[in-house]
Amino acid sequence: MATVRIYVTLKPSLLDSAGRTVAGSLQSLGYSELTDARIGKLIELQVEPYSEARVREMCDRLLANPVIEDYRIEAISTS
Amino acid sequence: MRVAVIRFPGSNCDQDAFFAVRDDLGLAADYVWQADTSLAGFDAVFLPGGFSYGDYLRCGAMAARAPIMDEVRRFAREGRPVIGACNGFQVLCESGLLPGALLLNSAQKFICKDVFLRAETKNSIWTQGVNKVLRIPIAHGEGRYVADTDTLNALESEGQVAFRYVTPTDEVTQSANPNGSARNIAGVVNSRGNVLGLMPHPERATRKLLGSDDGLSILNALKLVTSAR
Repeated sequence: MATVRIYVTLKPSLLDSAGRTVAGSLQSLGYSELTDARIGKLIELQVEPYSEARVREMCDRLLANPVIEDYRIEAISTS
Repeated sequence: MRVAVIRFPGSNCDQDAFFAVRDDLGLAADYVWQADTSLAGFDAVFLPGGFSYGDYLRCGAMAARAPIMDEVRRFAREGRPVIGACNGFQVLCESGLLPGALLLNSAQKFICKDVFLRAETKNSIWTQGVNKVLRIPIAHGEGRYVADTDTLNALESEGQVAFRYVTPTDEVTQSANPNGSARNIAGVVNSRGNVLGLMPHPERATRKLLGSDDGLSILNALKLVTSAR
C-alpha cells in the first residue's frame, strides 16, 4: 500500500482571492513580514499497487484543472 | 422540440429551467438524471445552476465527468443547442466544451443581484435575439471567468464572447463587473455558436413578475430549433 500526496495549487499568474484575504488577516494580526499567502489543496490517496503514471493520469483527468492549476505528486510511503 | 434539463446531485435551478422552458416558452421539457446515458428524443440541453456534487474539488468538476456528459458532448458536436447557466457554465468549462474556467469571485463573496449584459456576438443562436442591454440576476460565489491571454484574444477575434457585464447604459467598466471576470466576460460560446455558458440566470428572468423578462431574449432561441425527428 502506498500513500500518495498530491498538492494542487492555483497557477501563479492567477489571483488567489481567498489567499489574499487570509494574508490581509495575518497582516492585521501584526505579521508585517508577510507579503503574500496562497491556498492550495492537499489530496491524499491510498493505492495498491502504486504507479506514478496512473496517479498522474488521475490528476490530468480529474484532480487538477490544467487551465487554472498546477500539481505535484509526492509518494510518501510504499510498503 | 423537447429540452432535456440535466439533473446532478446538488442541482438547484433545475426546476427554474424546467418551468421557464415549459411555461414561459411553451416547449416540452423533461428532467434527465446525470447517470443516464441517452438523450434520445431530445433536441436541446439545459445544464442548470446549483452546487453539483457539493462543489467538491472544483465547481462542476465531477458533474463534467458524469455518464450523461458523453451525450451532451455528442449534442455539442452535432451542432444542437446546449446552454449552461451558472453551475451549468462551470460544468461546460470543466468538460472542455467551452474554454476557460471560473474561480472564486475577486471580492470572495457570494453575490446575488441583478446585472446588466451586452450581447457581443451575432455568431450564435443564443445571442441573435438580443437587441438591447439585458437585466438578469446572478447568484454565485465562483464566477470569475479566467483564461490565458491567447485564449481570451482568440475568443474575441472569433466572436466567441457571448455576453459582457456592462453598466445600465451599456458601458464596459470595472464597476459593472461583479466578480472580477477577465475583460468583463459573463458568457462564452463554442466556435460553432451552439453551446452557450453564462454565469447569469436567464431562466430566473422570464416574467415581469420576477423583476425582468429579459432572459427570454436568450431562451427564445430554443423556439427556433426544429425537432430533429
